Order: sequence, then structure tokens, then C-alpha cells
Amino acid sequence: MKEELLAILEKNSRIDFKELAVLLGVSEEKVLEEISALEKEGIICGYHTLINWEKTSIEKVNALIEVKVTPQRGQGFDRIAERIYNYPEVRAVYLISGSYDLLVTLEEKTLKEIANFVSDKLSTLDSVLSTATHFILKKYKDHGTIINQNRQDEREVVSP
Amino acid sequence: MTKPLSDKVLGLKPSGIRKFFDIVSEMKDAISLGVGEPDFDTPWHIRDEGIYALEKGRTFYTSNAGLRELRQEISGYISRTQGVYYVPDNEILVTVGGSEAIDIGLRAIINPGDEVVIPQPSYVSYEPCAVLANAKPVIVNLKEENEFRLKPDELLNAITDKTKVLILPYPNNPTGAIMESSDLAAIAEIIREKDLYVISDEIYSALTYKDKHVSIISCEGMKERTILINGFSKAYAMTGWRLGYACGSCEIISQMTKIHQYAIMCAPTTSQYAAVEALKNGDDDVEIMRQSYNQRRRFLMNAFKEMKLECFEPYGAFYVFPSIKEFGMTSEEFATKFLREEKVAVVPGTAFGESGEGFLRISYAYSIDNLKQAMDRLHRFITRLRAEKEKQ
Repeated sequence: MKEELLAILEKNSRIDFKELAVLLGVSEEKVLEEISALEKEGIICGYHTLINWEKTSIEKVNALIEVKVTPQRGQGFDRIAERIYNYPEVRAVYLISGSYDLLVTLEEKTLKEIANFVSDKLSTLDSVLSTATHFILKKYKDHGTIINQNRQDEREVVSP
Repeated sequence: MTKPLSDKVLGLKPSGIRKFFDIVSEMKDAISLGVGEPDFDTPWHIRDEGIYALEKGRTFYTSNAGLRELRQEISGYISRTQGVYYVPDNEILVTVGGSEAIDIGLRAIINPGDEVVIPQPSYVSYEPCAVLANAKPVIVNLKEENEFRLKPDELLNAITDKTKVLILPYPNNPTGAIMESSDLAAIAEIIREKDLYVISDEIYSALTYKDKHVSIISCEGMKERTILINGFSKAYAMTGWRLGYACGSCEIISQMTKIHQYAIMCAPTTSQYAAVEALKNGDDDVEIMRQSYNQRRRFLMNAFKEMKLECFEPYGAFYVFPSIKEFGMTSEEFATKFLREEKVAVVPGTAFGESGEGFLRISYAYSIDNLKQAMDRLHRFITRLRAEKEKQ
């Protein structure tokens, strides 16, 4: 049940306990109990909303930054990752296998702010060896959801 | 032209579904709960394999029985789900949907005047296919009190010395009923004793919500008496690809292959390549879809409970089959009135046989949002009907 519950919540965190209980075929109390446990264990880390900012008048610029760093003795990449993720404008930090080490995603209002972050904050960190910044031009799909999808049900309305 | 067309064909009743379809089609903004096919797209990796086959120019006929690789995969699938082995070379035939398999299976077995036992409510094509094959259909009217399972005494009562074959349609469309091992064992005993064939239409086998589906072929001595029919439409959301298969003894399959060879040649090649991918790497997709159907099934059962609409709990396919007997209307009257007043299309149970009278088939191959809206309207509708009834 836990896996199914998480799968539903991952798609729709606003679903209410009553409906969850019906869909999973268990009691509301059981759902409540399970969700509290998942939150406490840190398995559920947050509930977010997927927003298509492009449709608003609010400007947002998103960038992906590849960062090469020198791992530190005893702490590997954790310490440098922490120094980076503590900046509030950083949306995500991933340790990556391959030709670079950390992938940092950033959201700012303007291109200039991103440039400033990279040149003033990120590049000046001691263990950062190099960075490569990529700007996101368009989001087609995010968090498993296709943006701007508007499909009609094309099936025959009644079939045997 | 003045010469009359085939009496047999002229005598076939048009499908009840068709009639209802014409009414629904007039209404543009109706919510439909009337479809008999998945709402999911075919998983992308399967579609991709079909596209790849086209790109590679695999646009020729395959062998009559179907791609060897596909028959091997089908054999493997049945082994791992039912523990019964079919020889890919001569015990498996790839068909154009399960529908073709039903047709040619009957034609391969029947001599004129043989009787075919058909439990109803069930899929619309068994009876006409039996008639076209020159058989006499013998209908068993299944009962709600038995959760629309076929009971041994019902089967015994339908058997005469002319009975040749039983059609076993489980998991069932339209009722959602299933047959469990013990139910099947009792039926298999009669089949062996009376020396009959079985055409087991298991097109919904991947969609069960209690235990895993059990096929009658797993009962002793049943593999050689049974034509097992399955396909890709429901499990992998591949209705439009038109691909199914029949498995049986070499004796039966070789005869079916002759009909298939002359009538069809072979199933669509693109679809066959896609189907290989489905069987190889599609288990996870099926499980995700099954889980989603199950959630919707629970949602509908709960909605019926809340509006106090009687419905036995179905454990298969993607249909629920609530009873509307309390309203004193026929299924068709109810469905038509519901459509006109609330703009929701459901299929009258009678489209699947007379014993569907007093029931509706509601499909849950729709999103929860869609079902929510439809259930709100159903609730409003039956509340009104109950109030009207009270006044009288």
C-alpha cells in the first residue's frame, strides 16, 4: 500500500484523505497514520506545485550549471554541495557521474542575476574548478507532467 | 439487385451497443462511460518498436501463424502466468484481435447443428459468430446472486447430446465477474465428463483485482480441450493495433490456421513487432495500469455505496455492473433517460444479453475526475427518480 500511496501523492499531493482511503481500499485513519509516518521518516520531503510561469507576467530564468569541484578529504562532495545548496536561489543540487561532478539548477528573475551568481558566488568557492552554464529555453515536460498538453478523448463514445 | 442477400446474415440482430451509440453520437457534450477500451495510450516503448519496424521497412506479410519470435514470447508468457506450455511452432496462432480468434475458433470446431453454450451477459460477438458458424447458440442466463459466475448446475442444464463447446468469458465484459480456481475446477470436471470443448476468452486476464487470473487450461486435461484466446488490446492498451492470439492443441490450431490463412493471411506486421516488445518489457506498464483501474473500481464501488445503488463487487476487467431494478424501468429506458437528462452515457445491460436486464454497464476506463463528475450526475439522477417514485 505504501508504494501505491506514494505513487498517487507524487502525482497529486492535494488529494484528500477520504479519497485516498477510497482509492486504496483502506480506512481514513490508516491513510493518515501512514502519511504521518512517511513525513516523519523523511520519505515525503515536501508538497509542491508545478507552475507554468511562462503563462504569467512574472519573469523567471532557469539555468543548469555543470560544476567541476575538488572533493575534500573526509567529506567527499558533501561539504561543497552544502555550501552551494544553502543559497536560496539554488533550486537543486545533484551529484553526477561522468564528466563533471555537481549539477546545480538555478532560478532567478534575470539573466544578469544568474551571471552574477556564477561569477561572484559559485566560481569563487575554493573547491570549484570550473563551471558551464546552460539556460533553459523552454520546458516541454517537468516532473513527469507534459506542459501545455491539451488532448481530447478520441475514442468512440460507446463501444462493446 | 433483387436477389436476396444471405438469410443468415439478414437474420442477425444489429448490436444493442450500436443502437445506443447512435443516440449518444447526437449529443455532443455528453460524458461517456460507455467505452470498452483502455483510456491509456499504448506505452511509448511499444509504440516506438512499431515505428522502428516501419522505419526498417518491415512491411511484408509474416508467416500465417505470426512471427516466430512473437509466438515464442506468447508461449513464455503463458508458461510464466499459467504454468502451461504451448509449442510456439504449432500450438499458437496470432490473430487480428481476440475477435478473429473467437470467429475462427468456432468455425474450426462446429458442424451444422452443434450447440454452443454461451453464458450471458457477455461480449456481443459470441452469439452471432456461433450463428455464422452454423451452430445453435444455447444461452445460459447468469445470475447476480452468483456474482455472474458460471455454476456447474447451470452448465449441466444447458448441455444436450448436441452440445459441442462452451464459451467461457472470464474476466467478464460487461459484468466484471471472474472465475476462481474452485469455480473452474467444477466446470472442468463437467467438460471432461461430457467430452466438450471450451473457448476461453481471457482478453481481460491481466486486469484482475483479487488474486491473479487463473485459466481453465491449468485444470487437469483441459489444455487439449480448450482454445485459449487472449490479446494485447486490454492489457497493453493496444486496441487499435488489432492483435490477439489463440492457443490450443496442434489439431485445433492447424485447422484454425487454415481459415486464418484464407480469410486474413496474417495479422498486421507492425503490430506483431510492437507486441514482441510488449511481452518482453511491458509487465511494469500493465501493473501501473492495473493499479490505476483498481483505484477507479474502488472509487465507483464507494460512490455506489454512498448513493445506495446495489452493485456486486466485480474483480475483473474495467466494468462495474450496478442493478437499477429498484427504479422499475428497463435498462434501456434508464440509460436513455439518464443520457437525455444528465448527459451521461452508460450501456444498458441488455446490450449483452437478456439477462443483463435491470443492470447497466459502467466502464471505468476513464480518469477519476471524469468518473467523479459522472457519479455526481448519477447521484442527482437517481435521487430525483426516487423522489418521483415516492410521490406516486
